[in-house]
Formats: sequence, C-alpha cells, structure tokens
Amino acid sequence: MNYAVIIELLSASIRIATPLLLVALGGVISETGGTFAVGVEGMMLGGAFGGAVTVLVTQNILVGLLASMISGVLLAAIVAVATVRFRTDHMVTGLAVNILALGMTSFLLRGLFGGKTPVMVLPTIGTVRIPWLCNLPVAGPILFNEPLMTYLAFFLVIPVHLFLRRTRAGLTLRAVGENPSAAFSVGANPERIRAVAVMVCGAFAGLGGAVLSLQELGTFTDGMTNGRGFLALAAIIVGRWTPFRVMWGCLLIGAASALALNIQGWGLPMSSYVIQMTPYLIALAVLCGIGRKARMPAAIGKAFLRS
Amino acid sequence: MSPEATVSVSPMLEMRGISKRYGRVQANDAVDLEVSEGQVLGLLGENGSGKSTLMKVLFGMVKPDRGTIQFKGELLARHSPREAISTGIGMIHQHFMLVEAMTVLENIMLGWSRAGAWLRREQIGELIRQTSLSYGLELDPAALVGELPFGQRQRVEIIKALVRGAELLILDEPTSNLSPPEISSLLTVMRRIADQGRAIIFITHKLGEVFDVCDEVVVLRDGRVVGKSLIANATRSGLAHLMVGRDVSTELNRVDRRPGAEVLVMRGVGMRDSSGRERLHDIDLSLREGEIVALAGVDGNGQTDLVDVLAGLKYPTRGTITVSGRDLTRATITDRLANGVAYIPVDRATTSLVPGMTIEENLGLRDFDQPPFRRGFWLNHRAFRKQAEARISEFRIAASGPDAPVQTLSGGNQQKVVIAREIGRNPKVLIAFQATWGLDPGATRFVVDQIMALRSHGGAVLYISSELDEVLMLGDRIGVIADGCLLGLAPRNQVDITKIGLMMAGHRELSGLT
Repeated sequence: MNYAVIIELLSASIRIATPLLLVALGGVISETGGTFAVGVEGMMLGGAFGGAVTVLVTQNILVGLLASMISGVLLAAIVAVATVRFRTDHMVTGLAVNILALGMTSFLLRGLFGGKTPVMVLPTIGTVRIPWLCNLPVAGPILFNEPLMTYLAFFLVIPVHLFLRRTRAGLTLRAVGENPSAAFSVGANPERIRAVAVMVCGAFAGLGGAVLSLQELGTFTDGMTNGRGFLALAAIIVGRWTPFRVMWGCLLIGAASALALNIQGWGLPMSSYVIQMTPYLIALAVLCGIGRKARMPAAIGKAFLRS
Repeated sequence: MSPEATVSVSPMLEMRGISKRYGRVQANDAVDLEVSEGQVLGLLGENGSGKSTLMKVLFGMVKPDRGTIQFKGELLARHSPREAISTGIGMIHQHFMLVEAMTVLENIMLGWSRAGAWLRREQIGELIRQTSLSYGLELDPAALVGELPFGQRQRVEIIKALVRGAELLILDEPTSNLSPPEISSLLTVMRRIADQGRAIIFITHKLGEVFDVCDEVVVLRDGRVVGKSLIANATRSGLAHLMVGRDVSTELNRVDRRPGAEVLVMRGVGMRDSSGRERLHDIDLSLREGEIVALAGVDGNGQTDLVDVLAGLKYPTRGTITVSGRDLTRATITDRLANGVAYIPVDRATTSLVPGMTIEENLGLRDFDQPPFRRGFWLNHRAFRKQAEARISEFRIAASGPDAPVQTLSGGNQQKVVIAREIGRNPKVLIAFQATWGLDPGATRFVVDQIMALRSHGGAVLYISSELDEVLMLGDRIGVIADGCLLGLAPRNQVDITKIGLMMAGHRELSGLT
C-alpha cells in the first residue's frame, strides 16, 4: 500500500463514518434520556427518502435537508408516543418503526410517482476544500477536503458533548435516563423530556439518512440504509454513550468499511459478499469485547411510573 | 429552650384541621400541627397512623379535603412539591431521590435553577463544601453517589435541601438503615440545623431517638392527634401507650432455658460471587434447640448471602452446613424443608408471598405436594381451606376470609401469613431475616412473641436484623455481621453494646477483644 492508497482509505473512512456519526449522536441523546434508539434505522431511511423526494421536486438541497429531519422526527414521534404515553417495549417499538419505514418508503416511492420507481439523479452536496488547511501534508487531503455534511457531523460532536456535560438541561436529561424519579422529585417532567429526546434523535437520524441519499449517492433506493442504523447503535455502545468516544466508534466502523471496499478491488479469491460482511463482523467482535464492560443508563428501557 | 420563648415566637408552620379521606379510610382527621423556628418536632405513630399522609399534604403531594396550612405567615394551598421547595420546605424521603451514576455535585445541581443553565460547577461545589462544613456533614462534592455508603447518601439529600434554602426539613424515618454511630451523628446534625434557626419534623417510631433529639413530640393514631407534649414532660411508656393505644409491655418474659442439642451447624462457610468477590468469610456457627442466635448488622454486609446459603437459594463455595447431623450444604430447597428448615425472607411482596394468590394458597405453598394437601395427582382444596381457617384464628390474621388475595392485606397481616406458614410447620430451625421490617410496634411485638414461642417449643432460631434493639431483646447469643464476617458472638449477659455498635460500623479489629 502506498501513500495515496492510505490517504484515500482514511478519507473514505471519514466519509463512511459521517452518516453513522449523525445517527449515533441522535441515538446518544435518546438513550441518555432512557429510550433505546432501536428505531434509528427506520428514522434514517425515512430521512434519506424524505430528503431525496423533496430535492427531486424542489431541486433545493437545503429544503431537502429540512425535509429529511422532519421525516425522521415524524417516525420518532411514533416511538415517543408509544413508549412514553403507552409504555410499550422499546425494542419492539423500535423494530416496528424500522419495518414500517422500510415498507412505507418503498410504497411511497412508487405511489408518489404513478406506480413506477422514478429514476432519480439528484444534485449532491459537494466537497468543500478548506483553504490553507487542505494543503497540509497528510491531514490536509484527509480532513479538509470533505463534503459539507461531514464537517457538520464532526462539528456537532462538540455541542452535543457540551450540552450533556455542561448544561442544566443536559444534566436533567441524564438524570431522566438514570433515575427518572429523582428528576421528577426536583420538578422535571420525565415523560416530556424523554419524548423530546426521542424526537431530537429522529432529526439527527433523518439528517444521517440525507447524507446517504443527498451526499453519497444522489439517489434513493429501497432499503438503502442497509443496517447502517444498527452500526450506529454499535458505535454508541463502543463509545459508552459519550459523544467523543462514540465518534471514535463510528470512525472505527468507517475504517473497516473502507478497507472492505478497498479489498474488493484486490481480486482476492473470495466472495465480495464475505468481504462486505467484515465491518459488521468487526462491530460484533468489538461489542463482544467491550459490550460487557459498558454501563448503560440505569433506567434505559424502563417506563417511568408516577407513584 | 424555655417554655416562654416557644410561646412568644409565632410558629413557622401551622397546620389547622387537616382532613384527608381515602375511600373508607380517614387518613387524617382534623389534625393540628405547629412547628417553631429552632425546634425539632417528633412525629410519632405506627404505620398507617397518618404520618405520611400529613407530610404529603404539607409537601404538596396530596391535596387535603379540609384544613389550612400557614408557613412563615403565608397561606399554602393547592401547592406542588416544587412550590413547597421554593417556599422553604425540604423533604428527605425514606427512599433517596439520588442518581447513583452521578457525583454529589451533579445530584445537588439537578433541577436547581441557581446552578445556572450553563452549570456553575465551581461555585456550587464551593457552596456545598461550605454548607457541609458549617453543619458538620463532611462530604466530597466530586464523589460518585453510587460509591457512597448509605449514611453519606443521606447527607447528600440533607445538603441538597439545605442549599436550596429549606427552613423546614421533613425527615421521613431517616434512621431506618443507619448503623448506631451513623445515627448518633445524624441526630447531632439535626440538632445543629435546628440551632441555626431552622426547624425539623422528624418522623419515626423509635422512641429512644425521640428523647435524644426532639424538643416536642406529637403522637398520631388512626389519623388523629392523640398526644402532644414537650419532651421534658413525656415518658417512654406514656408515648408507647399513646402510639399503640394499649399497654405494650416493653419487657419480654424470657424464660431461661438450657439449650438442647446442636441442630444447625455451619463450619467454615464461605461464598464467592460470580465476580469473584468474597461475600461470606469462613462462618462458624452452631445453633441449638430452644436457642435464639441474633445477628445485628447494617444492610448489605452479607446478611442476604448468609440466609440465601442457609435457605438453599445459593450454594456456598466452601464449608459445610448440617441440620441434626445431616449434611445439607448442597441440598435442594425441598430437602431442606423436609429436614425442618423454615425461612422468613426479608421481602414480603417477592420472596415470601405470591401477592395475587389467596391466603389459603399462600399458606399451602410449603407442603402442597404432600398429603393431605395432595390427593393423588390433585390438590385437596378442602385441606387448604381447613389449614387456612385454623391458622387465621391461631395467628389472628385480620382478613375477610381464607380466599382473600394476600395483596389486599396490610403489611402486618401479610407478615402474619408468612409467620403462620413458617412457624405453623413447627420447624427445627427458623431463619428469620428482618422479620419485622416495615412493621409497626404492635405487629412487631406479635412477630417477636411468635419467635419466643417457637423457642420455648424447642425450635432453634437464627434472627438477623438491622434493628439493634430487636437483636438485643431476642438473642440468647448475640453477634454482628460486618463485611461478610461473623463477629463477636457472645451470650446475652456478656454483650457490650458500644462494642456491637462499633463492629456494625465496620471496626473489625474489635472482634478480637471479645
């Protein structure tokens, strides 16, 4: 492997990690508040779809990004109402939303365009070279020659971190995920806080989906998220629910994926499907190693009952 | 404080004619309560006497049917707990409202507007340090609450209330889970808080503590105030009488009896949990017929593991357990039952009873697979009913009938069902773990009397409790469990209470002195 290949590989890792990171940051917010973010796969797919269709109609990427966030929030609202108001099981509800999103996007894709899948070639969010910095050796081409949403995703790690650690609202959110009764006893409303956290998660996940359809591929295809939401969940566990560590988790998975793509070009006597499995296998292996030590929010998945 | 001073100051809190009815139960009936600055008021009463309802009304958790509350000259009505806090009332619940995964500092800042939207960690940390110094409540703001012992967590709750400006503190049975040294330090702190011009309502049913710290005491029974007195004019027996409504002889009539043959013998019993931690360290114990061995100890020092090992819920990793010479170290629970081991677990709602099942079913849970409760393949309901009727009258269980679900009974009557089932079998060995937990003095006395009765019938009893008074009252031999070790086991006439208190607090070196 020469210099150029390594640069390309690292740069690709960051690009692949971008949608995962957005979804994972949303997931961190939802799970910190005590709601399992299993539905992010569906919210991500919904966001990819909403963004793509909107851009197809309006040709405006900003409106498309907004639409992707709204799509994610709408799907998240289902999770919020079901888990908070009706105290359903978080896992089952999340999986239901995933299946719903898969079916509904495929249906709407055809339904909205007269029964046939439209050919979508969308304008994509372009790469922005940051002047001066992009000329740095090694770091320049890797870090400062990326699409806009990538910068945004990595930048968002900082405010999410500060929100959770340094603000009273973040402290209350963490308390709701650890011991909602304690938060309630000092005047917080755990139900409302959880619902809002899930919907914020939906916005993040929707945006993560838009990165796929509007930045990476410029189109929408059925089930295009293809398990990326679950990879983001793995990154959350690897990162133990803290934004910066979750970012490293996403980068790890991104690197594995980039490597897998690269290896496919080597012409090894191995099925490409097997190679495509590697990022998931790596995620699984890391989880087996770390998962047991991880301490999740104490009240995650548990409904809050006022006594 | 002289009586004149109390009269001249208008009280900080005045509750007048508070009434609250839940269905057919009159929880509070025209209750009056006054607390003045600088006063510690003891609120004494059995469970169900209306103490908690009254305090929930004060704290805004429950709306009263009638009555008024004046606090610092202002009328409090239809207020929420949040408003109660902001007017200066603080409540320390029996179950702490703390987040274990957070630091002391974070717990105190939680939901508090003065902590700032952008958290002011340094300032609040400094405030905590100052407050804890001035009240003698040593506390490290950076410590993780989950790693603090129980007494320290209580300090977090107290400081949380104090820094938020609580002038009236309600402490709901704050000494239940503390070791004797922790209790005396808490009482000192309470006194100091009152001396700084704040007031405290101290809810309890332990008479000794009332005399140690209170200025005045109010006794509730059946939702009414049945007595009110300055502490200087009160007597222990008088208060006990008021609280229970009848004479409770505080002395047991203990018949000295020579213990018989060894029944339960533990030799070098140790247990290591799945994470490799030693939960029990080489416990040696022999229990004889007609003898009660009572073990004191603060919760979480291995009591649970000890009873689990004896009851067969867990197996020891070392050592042997025999009952009347039979090795039961790894015997099944059924085997143990057949060999005369009975067990009263700590938690009525989960381990002892099936709350949704009826009294007769719960009473039959131990022997349902034996005749007469079994007839061939089928259960014999008539035998269940017959046993239940006998036990209900023998143990004076107050219930609508044998087919009443256990969850409809009061805590005291639920425990009577457990006692009736376990002692009714006439066991050779009874393991009783916190058998009076959450019971009021009347029901506690019933349990104690039944255990003494078993003793006079030659049963061997291992009585484990965090209530030192009970341990001292019941035990023929008395010891302490601390950190998984059995310490200082000695006959009752050779027991040194100070030493027991220190051992409970974890001073292991003292065990060598006995």
